[in-house]
Amino acid sequence: MNQMIDFLIFPGLLFTAVCGMLASFVDRKVTARVQWRKGPPLFQPVYDFVKLMGKEMVVPSGAHLLTFLAAPLFGLSAIVSVSIIVWNALSGGSAGFSGDLIVVVYLLAIPSIAVIMGGFASNNPIASLGASREMKLMLAYELPFILAVMVTVIKTGSINMTHVVRAQAGAGASAVAGSPSGIIALAVAVFCIQAKLGLVPFDIPEAEQEIIAGPLIEYSGPALGVIKLTRWMMLFVVPSFAVAVFFPSSTFAGNILRYVLLLVVAILLRNTNPRVRIDQAIKFFWFYTGPVSLLAVGLALAGK
Amino acid sequence: MSITLNALTKSIWVFHAACSPCNNCDIEILDALTPRFDLERFGIVLVGSIRHADAMLVTGVPNMKTAPRIKYIYDQMPKPGVVIAVGTCPCGGNMFRHSYNFVKPLDEIIPVNAYVPGCPPKPEALIMGVVKLIKALKGEK
Ligand code: SF4
Repeated sequence: MNQMIDFLIFPGLLFTAVCGMLASFVDRKVTARVQWRKGPPLFQPVYDFVKLMGKEMVVPSGAHLLTFLAAPLFGLSAIVSVSIIVWNALSGGSAGFSGDLIVVVYLLAIPSIAVIMGGFASNNPIASLGASREMKLMLAYELPFILAVMVTVIKTGSINMTHVVRAQAGAGASAVAGSPSGIIALAVAVFCIQAKLGLVPFDIPEAEQEIIAGPLIEYSGPALGVIKLTRWMMLFVVPSFAVAVFFPSSTFAGNILRYVLLLVVAILLRNTNPRVRIDQAIKFFWFYTGPVSLLAVGLALAGK
Repeated sequence: MSITLNALTKSIWVFHAACSPCNNCDIEILDALTPRFDLERFGIVLVGSIRHADAMLVTGVPNMKTAPRIKYIYDQMPKPGVVIAVGTCPCGGNMFRHSYNFVKPLDEIIPVNAYVPGCPPKPEALIMGVVKLIKALKGEK
């Protein structure tokens, strides 16, 4: 019973969905204000979701039906699991299990893999192009992201989310982001989050103006609704993972506040940058961000 | 009126189907989507794929080449969806109606829910057309 509540209400599906929709509203509203517009109403994500749920679902004739329809659900369930682990630690819940930090890093890759699967299964050349770009982008950002997370693992000496949070937010303890290596790792993580969320400047897989909607081009109705919901949830869960790893607070409200801070950084980055090409993105992550995160790991090993 | 239809009127994703226009109407559509007119406050967003669309904005005259294609695209749109004829061209052929390759007005090829005449219609006219369409959708069903 308790577990069902964990999965479906807090900190699982419902909590994440509501926060994700709020985050998406904030994203669209801030973008609108940056462009001197009024922006959508508060319930816009809800309208979008309900509308998509009520629409017809078209499956292209050449698509692999099972893969095409299962891919969105893979992404959704992975992101819900991440939210359970992360917010369990952030809200001071149970002790979790040893190694859940590593599990989260793996689970965070699944929504992207699901998008790749769906794109290739939909039998559309543009979707395949988008999926291949998503794959290249993943190869680019995963390495710096894992190195950045490793800084925290070295600093706190633990691979358990709850321990990581307690080691930084307890009495007299200091956050990882308070040290030189932690600051560098956080900066690297901010760029990787931008790529993970598929926001400008790293929205290359979905580049509206060149390849329409990329891997999502053939999705319609409820399947598209689930994908959108996963996107909104990621907008909430991925930055809150960074909060948990780099600068958690001991209170729930403090964690939400810090999450909002990271969200605003992501939105501003998104609104002030043009989209880069895929080769530029890979160069950026491998030749600039990668060595910098290696440097952070080195500093952390030296105790800085 | 059902919940999903209510949600549909508050979140219309439009797909721009250019059916051999002179490009003036397309420019006006793009104008209507700029920050100055801010259609996003009604939940209207331009999407690039017909599978995501709730409304088709059709511009231009249906001629021998585009008429079968526009029908094909309409069939691919997930229902419920609406069609808006933008400009005098799709409404009735405009000055091209005696042209050698003109087929027939758009509403004889696919069902049209709203007509926005004008050559080209101003963004204000386009927005008014959409608002009237939303009212009609709410009143009818
Ligand atoms: S209605 Fe006028 S402006 Fe619009 S496509 Fe036709 S000729 Fe061009």
